[in-house]
Amino acid sequence: MGAWISFGLLAVALVGPALMVVRSRDLVHSVLWLALTLVSTAVAYVVLHADFLAAVQVLLYTGGIVTLMLFAIMLTRRLEGRSFIEHGSSGRLRAALAAAAVLGLTITAVLGTLPFSQGGPTPQLPVDTAALGRIFLGPLVLPFELLSVLLLAAMIGAITLARRDEPSKRPVRPARPAPPSPLEGAHHE
Amino acid sequence: MSELLAQGPGLEAWLLLAAVLFAIGLYGVLSRKNLIAILLSVELMANAVNLNLVALSRYSGNLVGQAVTMFTIALTVAEVVIGLAIVILVYRTRRGIEADQADMLRG
Repeated sequence: MGAWISFGLLAVALVGPALMVVRSRDLVHSVLWLALTLVSTAVAYVVLHADFLAAVQVLLYTGGIVTLMLFAIMLTRRLEGRSFIEHGSSGRLRAALAAAAVLGLTITAVLGTLPFSQGGPTPQLPVDTAALGRIFLGPLVLPFELLSVLLLAAMIGAITLARRDEPSKRPVRPARPAPPSPLEGAHHE
Repeated sequence: MSELLAQGPGLEAWLLLAAVLFAIGLYGVLSRKNLIAILLSVELMANAVNLNLVALSRYSGNLVGQAVTMFTIALTVAEVVIGLAIVILVYRTRRGIEADQADMLRG
């Protein structure tokens, strides 16, 4: 019973902030709610005996990604002083229908095809970071190394994409004719 | 029912929770117009998948699930880095980061 109560609290702490991420009109608030969701997920990882992953989650996601997102918002926000997320209500309805359909399919799949709880006792999974490390450097060493190549490629790609071209190499002239004025550009026609 | 209560939440409970989170993220991806908000919702979906992996790892007693979760976390980080670089590029060329503005390839 107590396990269900704590699971319920955790579920509320996960679903509530997640809903606020997609509902909040202010982008900065969205990012902060996402940070809360990610911290709640870290708590779920601890409950599921994945302590190392919980630490990685807090460090990488909450520390890294949220900071990056806030940085990008600050960079791109200078034109719009106010919150600028506009919803079309019809689009929202269609999105809700599609999400509900996927949710229904997933629930049917989980409940219908996989009779989990009839099995015996849950196998014990020890909290063992050393064993996790042995898996990384043993059977999964090739994907582990490939991952570092991928991260390097992503870093180089991001730098190449986001840096400004040097003025000597290319005339500083926008490729498109006069961009729309900031006040019009922010709105949907 | 009473034994389910006594047993505590099993794998189904975690999978259903992750399914709800995934659906919320999908709703966000489909309904939001701001590119950064769409990226945030993609993060929610990836997070739900990670939660699934960790729960399956816990209830099958196999640590490889956690290792794979580490991989997906790193992949998500790479995705966010590239995504934000693209957002900044769109902002530079279009002076805005609404998804509808990135229609340069429209015929």
